[in-house]
Amino acid sequence: MFRELNKPFYLKETASQTAGPYVHIGLAPKQAGFDIFENNFGNVLVTPETKGERIRLEGRVFDGSGALIRDVLLEIWQANAAGRYNHPADKQEDKPIDPSFRGWGRGTSDFQTGVYSFDTVKPGAVVGRHGKLMAPHINVWIVARGINIGLHTRVYFSDEQEANAKDPVLNGIEWVERRKTLIAERTEKDGQAVYQFDVHIQGPNETVFFDV
Amino acid sequence: MTTPTEQFGEFLQRDRSWHPPAYTPGYKTSVLRSPQKSLISIENSLSEITGPRFSPDELGPLDNDLILNYAKDGLPIGERILVHGYVLDENGRPVPNALVEVWQANASGRYRHKNDTYIAPIDPNFGGCGRVLTDENGYYFYRTIKPGPYPWRNQINDWRPAHIHYSISASGFAQRLITQMYFEGDPMIPDCPIVRSIPSEEAVRSLIAQLDRGAYVALDSRAYHFDLVVRGSRATLFENTIQGAK
Repeated sequence: MFRELNKPFYLKETASQTAGPYVHIGLAPKQAGFDIFENNFGNVLVTPETKGERIRLEGRVFDGSGALIRDVLLEIWQANAAGRYNHPADKQEDKPIDPSFRGWGRGTSDFQTGVYSFDTVKPGAVVGRHGKLMAPHINVWIVARGINIGLHTRVYFSDEQEANAKDPVLNGIEWVERRKTLIAERTEKDGQAVYQFDVHIQGPNETVFFDV
Repeated sequence: MTTPTEQFGEFLQRDRSWHPPAYTPGYKTSVLRSPQKSLISIENSLSEITGPRFSPDELGPLDNDLILNYAKDGLPIGERILVHGYVLDENGRPVPNALVEVWQANASGRYRHKNDTYIAPIDPNFGGCGRVLTDENGYYFYRTIKPGPYPWRNQINDWRPAHIHYSISASGFAQRLITQMYFEGDPMIPDCPIVRSIPSEEAVRSLIAQLDRGAYVALDSRAYHFDLVVRGSRATLFENTIQGAK
């Protein structure tokens, strides 16, 4: 690949293709049914040292007929409990980086139940564009057989109503009804905080997906 | 000074007419797994321009050698190949420290996956996945066995061309990309409904690895060259509106 002189151009991004039904082989080999890597990436984002409130994020993903998608892979990316991303571009100097929290995880739906889950901490609020604070949220990316290009969405929290009402991204969704598809419901299970977040790829309750 | 070579910033808008659309009825599974409503475009914030970082000590020494990383009592059967190339951004700059993950079928087109029931046999010495971090020049390489084509239930006689699945995690979560690499000269490429989900011939060509005769290892393996392009950062010439970002 070379550039012609004085001819402004950009290379084209490599075209996306579906992850296919066997995405687990590459990204979650244990679920495919074999053990190969010494270190596996997974759905537990916390260690005993991680700061913040432990939460579980769990849910299911549905297709346009209301059927469970059982071969889906999700990744999440989030700030730490103080609201700072573990990345050099985040210069919110007033908030500490938590060295025991990368902020990223990878999960898959169970082949039988279709349920996915992540063990993480509740993120703090992150400053958004033009200094407007964003409500606490988790960024989600979804791939599967039948999905030609990964779908981006966000999870917000049902117990953050005040912050959600001021969130610049939620407020940018013109259809007020649709904002509700991004709010995870807080429940308690065996003393643990669980946020339920179901994703509807298509249909009447279609989840909002973003072009980021 | 602020220049287009600034390390972090908001990304160039994704050209959705270049990528496959969500709804591509020739690929039947997409029909019920494609959103019907428009994507909602949002301006990048810290949430999109940042992403997970990986370090070399998280990977094992054989993670990029699919010929050896699952070998139990011998070598896997099939064509020995080396695949290498660069990960660049849309500005043509190398992308260092990108996590490249690959997975594939074995030489006969069979995946090591509990849901694959194709009659072709599992190779006891082949796993079919690997991963590597790009170096400071954006360069990556791995060794593997060339995968075979395989049949799938779309139309009753559809067959996938030989391909290797790729996942790229670069610097920002908005750059996250999964794609598939095909092999130069494979006559099955133009027949494939998944390939044909991509609107333009030009974009399809960018997924075809070229035979790289200069990189053959004599009496050992052939080589393919495959470069990837992820989204580039745009220049913030006047003001930085992503608060808290550098």
